[in-house]
Amino acid sequence: MPEGTRTTAAARPPEATVPAAPSPGGAAREARGPGGAPLLDVRHLRKLYPIKAGPLKRTVGHVRAVDDVSFQVHDGEILSLVGESGCGKTTTAKCVLRAVDPTAGEVLFRLPNGEVVDVAKLSEGQLRPLRSQMQLVFQDPFGSLNPRKNLLDIIGEPLLVHGVKSRQQRMDRVAELLNLVGLRPEYMHRYPHAFSGGQRQRVVIARALALEPRLVVADEAVSALDVSVQAQILNLLLDLQRRLDLSYLFVAHDLSIVKHISHRVAVMYVGKIVELAPTEELFHRPRHPYTSALMQAVPVPDPDKRAALRGLPGEVANPADPPKGCYFHPRCPFATDVCRSETPVLREVGPGHHVACHRAEELDLPGIDELERVA
Amino acid sequence: MTLPTRTAASPAPAPRSPAVSERERGGEPVLSVRDLKTHFRLDEGVVRAVDGVSFDLYPGEVVGIVGESGCGKSITMKSILRLVQPPGRIVGGEIRYRRPEPVGEARRRYKPFEADLARLPPQGRRMRQVRGGDIALIPQEPMASFSPLHTIGEQIVEAIRLHEPMPKARAREVAIAKLREVGMPSPEQRFSAYSWQLSGGLRQRAIIAMALACNPSVLIADEPTTAIDVTTQAQVLELLKRLQADHGSSILFITHDLGVIAQVADHVVVMYLGKVMEQGPVSDIFHRPRHPYTRALLKSMPSLHSEPRVALPTVAGSIPHPLHRPRGCAFHPRCPDFMPGRCDVRVPALSAAGGRSPVACFLHHDEVEGGGHDA
Repeated sequence: MPEGTRTTAAARPPEATVPAAPSPGGAAREARGPGGAPLLDVRHLRKLYPIKAGPLKRTVGHVRAVDDVSFQVHDGEILSLVGESGCGKTTTAKCVLRAVDPTAGEVLFRLPNGEVVDVAKLSEGQLRPLRSQMQLVFQDPFGSLNPRKNLLDIIGEPLLVHGVKSRQQRMDRVAELLNLVGLRPEYMHRYPHAFSGGQRQRVVIARALALEPRLVVADEAVSALDVSVQAQILNLLLDLQRRLDLSYLFVAHDLSIVKHISHRVAVMYVGKIVELAPTEELFHRPRHPYTSALMQAVPVPDPDKRAALRGLPGEVANPADPPKGCYFHPRCPFATDVCRSETPVLREVGPGHHVACHRAEELDLPGIDELERVA
Repeated sequence: MTLPTRTAASPAPAPRSPAVSERERGGEPVLSVRDLKTHFRLDEGVVRAVDGVSFDLYPGEVVGIVGESGCGKSITMKSILRLVQPPGRIVGGEIRYRRPEPVGEARRRYKPFEADLARLPPQGRRMRQVRGGDIALIPQEPMASFSPLHTIGEQIVEAIRLHEPMPKARAREVAIAKLREVGMPSPEQRFSAYSWQLSGGLRQRAIIAMALACNPSVLIADEPTTAIDVTTQAQVLELLKRLQADHGSSILFITHDLGVIAQVADHVVVMYLGKVMEQGPVSDIFHRPRHPYTRALLKSMPSLHSEPRVALPTVAGSIPHPLHRPRGCAFHPRCPDFMPGRCDVRVPALSAAGGRSPVACFLHHDEVEGGGHDA
């Protein structure tokens, strides 16, 4: 790291606890970093977009895209952010990568030497060496590859930017990367149009891995793919995660995929995390009515289980003008007076199980087992 | 010749008993597609987007067409509505549409109509009456389907008056009734709303109201829930099921989502590269799939109940480029049961031989396309 990178490690004991930041969650995780510090520690992240109106374009309000979000990603862990459109999952991912500047909060990232930096506060110049550590896999493999460049140039570009000047070295590394993602090295001189959607997504993944990142942010990385190809890419992502000991921040809306791939899951609703728990725990014992409702709405691929799909009444709250109290209360069948007036905080209700609901303890909500039984 | 029209205000046919379907009763299909071929003549060669597709849609039935990208499901839909643009052309087969006779009071105004849509001039008066009047489309993108310059009410009124001349005030009443029927809250106010003022779910409801405006006997739903969230998707699917039960209309449901198909369809058509691989009752397709492609599709889907983070069974390879369609059975290069000398030489016919429902695979019979048997 260059001189001038703000170091925050010294100021913070490794096991520092922040009230709303969920602590590591039990058996779900496979590896931990030196000293127990998470690879990524997001604290009270906020991103507000101003709403401008009137002839003077004065700010009349804010869209609360991300509203006080805290979570951690540990080494070798796959954490999913799941929610419906507009819930802030993509904006959260963008803030982590500093593709957008967060309004408030900290994005603490642990460097290989153990130093912890706050990505949210670094300058562009300080960020550049850090970029190799965090990479992004995009959703649409048709929009994220330059049609005028061949695979060597596409996958080789991050190498060039980060100082691999020799063409031969780049070719060797690109060949290695193509092998890694299951493509033939001879393909490096071909252009994206020659490849199918699944193959293109492999190229996108190879490019993301070129600089040996430790955190991969996958934003809806398989949702644009066909079912038969989706399974291949999911297998590849899981395989790479194990082989390279990567951590993923996996942004998705499809619960079946999230259930399949993640160690832990954070459910977002209108800019807030409403529930965060180890995957099995979350799906078998959801504690937030919204999480449970999401599961009940997934169409089961079995014609004998045609229980009426239970959609939620009403619409997702407007993030520019959220309701008072719990943002979910207008759609929640269990809402009481306290839900209408007080905003619930994310609190731990079981080992590693965090939920933002006033009635989490008293409610017995159906998870996927009940889905099976009811249906 | 006087044009037979159905009145927009006429009550729909009464719901049919779900116990014995029209298909089982041996009734007449409302839509019968036979050996449909829609090809695109390009400089590079001929893309056989739809290549010999046959299926029937009976009154009061939901037929699901399922397949991955490039399987021809959308071109089949466009061929039925005669919306295929050059260089695409229907080069063979027939699309027989027979207007079902309504029951009850509406019978007085019923005008029988039967035609092979493939032979009608696409811009002609009769086809324009069928399109929207008899067969209506629920498109995939509700945002792109409405003009942003006109209110949704104006657009629904326009559709109604196009098919049945009536005073604007009367058409307005019909439009509001339709909006109410699809569960639009405060339909009188929403009549004057623009599409961009509505949320995704409400916009989809408005589109459905517009499709229903002229009481079509066939609804073609082209991926109607792909662009919307899962809790809203559940609402829309429930709405379609209810409308189908109330009106006894037939729905051709096109999707890539097997979960949705399992929830809504009575009969399923599985397509791959322009051909029907298999078709049958929904329970057979899901519980006793006969074609290796159908089996592979079902297995490769992660579900809420599958083992987490283990490799999913995948279909090898990717969907071939439409210009490089494999010889013989289009699926043979990816098929686990590939039989050299048979599958790569001849094209299996879609035949019900050796089972209840038709399948195009030499594992089940040895009939080849165009008649005769495989040696």
